[in-house]
Amino acid sequence: MRYTDVICSFCGTLCDDIEVVVEDNRIVDVKHACRIGTAKFLSSNELEHRLLKPMVRKNGKLVETSLDEALDRAAGILKSAIKPLLYGWSSTSCEAQSAGIELAEELGGVIDATVTVCHGPSVLAVHDAGYPGCTLGEVKNRADLVIYWGSNPMHGHPRHLSRYSIFPRGYFRERGQSDRELVVVDVRKTDTAKIANRFIKVNYGEDYELISALRKVVNGGELREESVAGVPRKEIIELAEKMMNCQFGVLFFGMGLTQSYGRHRNIDNAICLVRDLNVHTKFVMQPMRGHYNVVGFSEVLGWQAGFPYAVDFGRGFAWYNPGETTANDVLQRGECDAALVIASDPVSHFPRKSVEHLAKIPLVAIDIHPTPTTQIADVVIPSAIAGIEVEGTAYRMDSVPLRLRKIKEPPEGVLSDEEIMRRLLARVRGAESGVQELEVRAR
Amino acid sequence: MKLILKNGFVYDPINGINGERMDICIQDGKIVEDVENGRIIDCSGKLIMPGGVEIHSHIAGGKVNTGRIMRPEDHIKNVFPKTGVTRAANGYSTPSTFLTGYLYSKLGYTCAFTAAMPPLMARHTHEELHDIPMLDKGALTLMGNNWFVMRYLKRGDVELAAAFAAWLLRAAKGYAIKVVNPGGGEAWGWGRDVRSLDDPVPHFDITPREIISGLVKVNEMLSLPHSIHLHANNLGRVGNYVTTLETMELADGAKPARERQTVQLTHVQFHSYGGDSWRTFASEAESIAKAVNSKDNVIVDIGQVVFGDTTTMTADGPMEYYLSSLTGLKWSNRNIELETSPGVTPFIYSKHSPVSSVQWAVGLELALHIKDPFNVLLTTDHPNGAPFFKYPTIIAWLMSAKYREETMKEVHRAAQRNTTLATIDREYDFYEIATVTRAGQAKSLGLEEKGHLGPGADADVAVYDINPEEVDPGRDYRLIEEKFARTSYTIKSGEVLVKDGEIVRVVNGRTLYVDAQVDESLERELMRDLDYYFKRFYSVNLANYPVQEVYLTNPTPIKVETGVR
Amino acid sequence: MEVTLITGRTVAQGEEMEKGKIGEGFKRACAVVELDPEDMSKLGVHEGDEVRVETGVGEVVVVAKKSRDAPHPGVAFMPMGPWANAVVGEGTASTGMPPFKGIKAKLSPAKGERVLSAEELVARVYGRE
Repeated sequence: MRYTDVICSFCGTLCDDIEVVVEDNRIVDVKHACRIGTAKFLSSNELEHRLLKPMVRKNGKLVETSLDEALDRAAGILKSAIKPLLYGWSSTSCEAQSAGIELAEELGGVIDATVTVCHGPSVLAVHDAGYPGCTLGEVKNRADLVIYWGSNPMHGHPRHLSRYSIFPRGYFRERGQSDRELVVVDVRKTDTAKIANRFIKVNYGEDYELISALRKVVNGGELREESVAGVPRKEIIELAEKMMNCQFGVLFFGMGLTQSYGRHRNIDNAICLVRDLNVHTKFVMQPMRGHYNVVGFSEVLGWQAGFPYAVDFGRGFAWYNPGETTANDVLQRGECDAALVIASDPVSHFPRKSVEHLAKIPLVAIDIHPTPTTQIADVVIPSAIAGIEVEGTAYRMDSVPLRLRKIKEPPEGVLSDEEIMRRLLARVRGAESGVQELEVRAR
Repeated sequence: MKLILKNGFVYDPINGINGERMDICIQDGKIVEDVENGRIIDCSGKLIMPGGVEIHSHIAGGKVNTGRIMRPEDHIKNVFPKTGVTRAANGYSTPSTFLTGYLYSKLGYTCAFTAAMPPLMARHTHEELHDIPMLDKGALTLMGNNWFVMRYLKRGDVELAAAFAAWLLRAAKGYAIKVVNPGGGEAWGWGRDVRSLDDPVPHFDITPREIISGLVKVNEMLSLPHSIHLHANNLGRVGNYVTTLETMELADGAKPARERQTVQLTHVQFHSYGGDSWRTFASEAESIAKAVNSKDNVIVDIGQVVFGDTTTMTADGPMEYYLSSLTGLKWSNRNIELETSPGVTPFIYSKHSPVSSVQWAVGLELALHIKDPFNVLLTTDHPNGAPFFKYPTIIAWLMSAKYREETMKEVHRAAQRNTTLATIDREYDFYEIATVTRAGQAKSLGLEEKGHLGPGADADVAVYDINPEEVDPGRDYRLIEEKFARTSYTIKSGEVLVKDGEIVRVVNGRTLYVDAQVDESLERELMRDLDYYFKRFYSVNLANYPVQEVYLTNPTPIKVETGVR
Repeated sequence: MEVTLITGRTVAQGEEMEKGKIGEGFKRACAVVELDPEDMSKLGVHEGDEVRVETGVGEVVVVAKKSRDAPHPGVAFMPMGPWANAVVGEGTASTGMPPFKGIKAKLSPAKGERVLSAEELVARVYGRE
């Protein structure tokens, strides 16, 4: 069976032109996807790399068990906790996220997603300054100046350049690449920088200063310094003028800005730069979002609870205070007394001090593969791959929502994240609960 | 479920019922002539109206959520913990989806249309509508800057434009054609705007006048339930009433295919300004009202301002940028490929500001100068003029000259000097209030089973704790404000959802969308062109564009026979 | 040798992550530190040699790799994963974001020392298997 227009559920680029051939419930061919996307599609065949059976820890060892026992144990852990942390969410569907938010609310727990360690600082900057952006098709049709700052899409988002920004022909950019200019600002000459028309090497931790220098020129000031952040004055002035004189400019930015010294202040300054540029021309910006549905999490939590991440339901309503309610802070203060991790691997990707607390408390892990996080968990529940084995909704980095497809059956007995959340919610509420079941998002 | 609402004072303008004491019978979610063994709800001394119908409110979708995410400060005030019935909810000018449903229900509303859905983002709008409980709902679908619409109209192919509009409503699961700053949204792709009906749209060689006229024709060819819903050019600009008057003339470009207007000019308060600078900013509400009074094919909704902090959001990108450059407040924007360009920025309407004070007066002037209440519907263009839950305050202003006078004393004197409000002594009665909050909306939208209480209508009813024989709204305006904010009962599809101002039951309503079909060969021609354009210029494939029905709660297609070929 | 340590995503790390994180491929992709060639000679290590990375919070042994993005003297790069995060610093400066980039680190040659697998590393550091 050949499927066309399949959506790749790996990164925030959310390519929707993939062709996949499935025979006997095995993916035998993948066309148009990048290396990572292809690996993701093909990995669904390799059951030896998958989690297939629920497990619980008995006498210090994880042992296989029934789904019912695993769910009961998980519900028991969550229900008896005073302040459980529900973390992950970025690599699953909005439907699962929605059920998870309901679960967090029911438990009075803290819910946070990988936003917290990628573009959390960008969100903080948006609270300060707003977000002038566009959809990626606008970039394809109009952009004549494309800047990647602290972002290396050749590695993180391999088809971003060819689908949306540099290589494609657009309505007003009929000749594609030759109608556009690519500028890369980074601390290293990355693979993306190597194909740029211009590479600007900024000193590590001095992005803020470089943005300020650009703003000074854009706003008509005189730049007196010989160089700023390691970039000579002449280059800064040239870049500023290029930005002011383009017809449609776009600034893509990545974790080189959000994780570096200055964090949200860097982004705040960059937003102000884009706003300043709009006095002269059309200019937009776009964070390079990593996980394929990290944007979806902020959207769903936004419309249901009013905040984009790091929400604490401990008071019966949504409380939001990044720096306090964010996952790493909750963990490093040793504040949560149980955790549920879904579709994410904080044991690999969180700093040691956070993981040390995670290792001390009861932990429920839900994932497709074994990971260092499932390795230290007390309950492990396998799940199906959204976008391959189950349907669902995901939001592209520019907030365009797409419906993920199902192209093959999940391994026997393996449920979707949404279904696992629904069953946990039902168990946590229990028969004695007086709460009226809201209509299930039956999709 | 069978219900009898006994002995209330009924206001049902569509059926000409003006405060008669009578029983309303309900069976199987519908109003019926009579019912046996129904549960009786005693409504004596209470006021009964059809469930409220919201015709223009930004309650769901990308820019609403951009407003929420950009403004955490809006969500730490107005906080409601979860209860045994309701979810945790919060938000003031951009309430969470749950709170949106709860608050509308408490006001006695049972149906709401979100004001501006970009088709590419329609799935998002429907995801949010899905999570708005308590209401039937639908979405006005943005078309005024759509590349296909502009191309087809430019080459004079109105049939193909109609086929496209019908397809787009089906694909986006939309209810009506919405036009926002026609041409200006596309110009904003280059950081520009259009400033008159005859400014050409860059690269498309078409004018706002041609887009509006073309879409009026398209709408009537398709015989859609609602007219085109038009946010005119030059919103919020000093002296913009001239553009508004010229725009009204375009309503006569086609005969209405149904018993309704051909153009609903929306939030016309923002389009009724005279003067030639902010210093001389003045009301031209009377000129606009005069034009509405003399025309058969145009109705308006107000877009009333209420003082306070709010979040402005529209598909009018250049306007939002302009506004944020005046205030210096944070600004979000998202140009959407081939379709539109929404923006969001916070705003504070201050009683100390001459401009805000005039804006406040302009909305009320429009409501009071326009004679037939079916031609002037109550909206705040939520949350642009104010959050929708300020309706009770506006109702009180409309019903009480004294209340207006009291408020006038508190605001900047420009409201007295530069508007006619202080000279108006008209006061709305309950019948007129019922018209501008439900009957008029239902008629404009072509919703035959809503906005009234005749047999066959949906059993959507609001019961307010107001005894019209004892209350004098002109004097007791505080009581009016209080009682319209919390119904005694809100009944939707025959179920009691609110009792004594508290939510007692949470339900999911229906989602209404238009399913209009055109001739097959025309459809084939359209699909060939869509296929070519999507491959080259959209960033999603055509196959992934249409919204699946699974996103809609109780999907309810409205079939329309168009005869377009 | 003192360096500024940066951690981040690579295409190989992404690919291996999707195949599952337990195994040699994941270790090959992530248990590395990418160094400026001049820094390598100063440190006296060659491509493929083991290097000890030490910060205020801990230490980890990984494999040295010549950076393809050089020159960037004084800056070292580790792909995100359990090896890098064993040495990432504490706190979030009240922003929620840990200091994943710009960590002060000390490098020293550790030729011949064993590079732990993800499982071993987790078991040793966090005491769970």
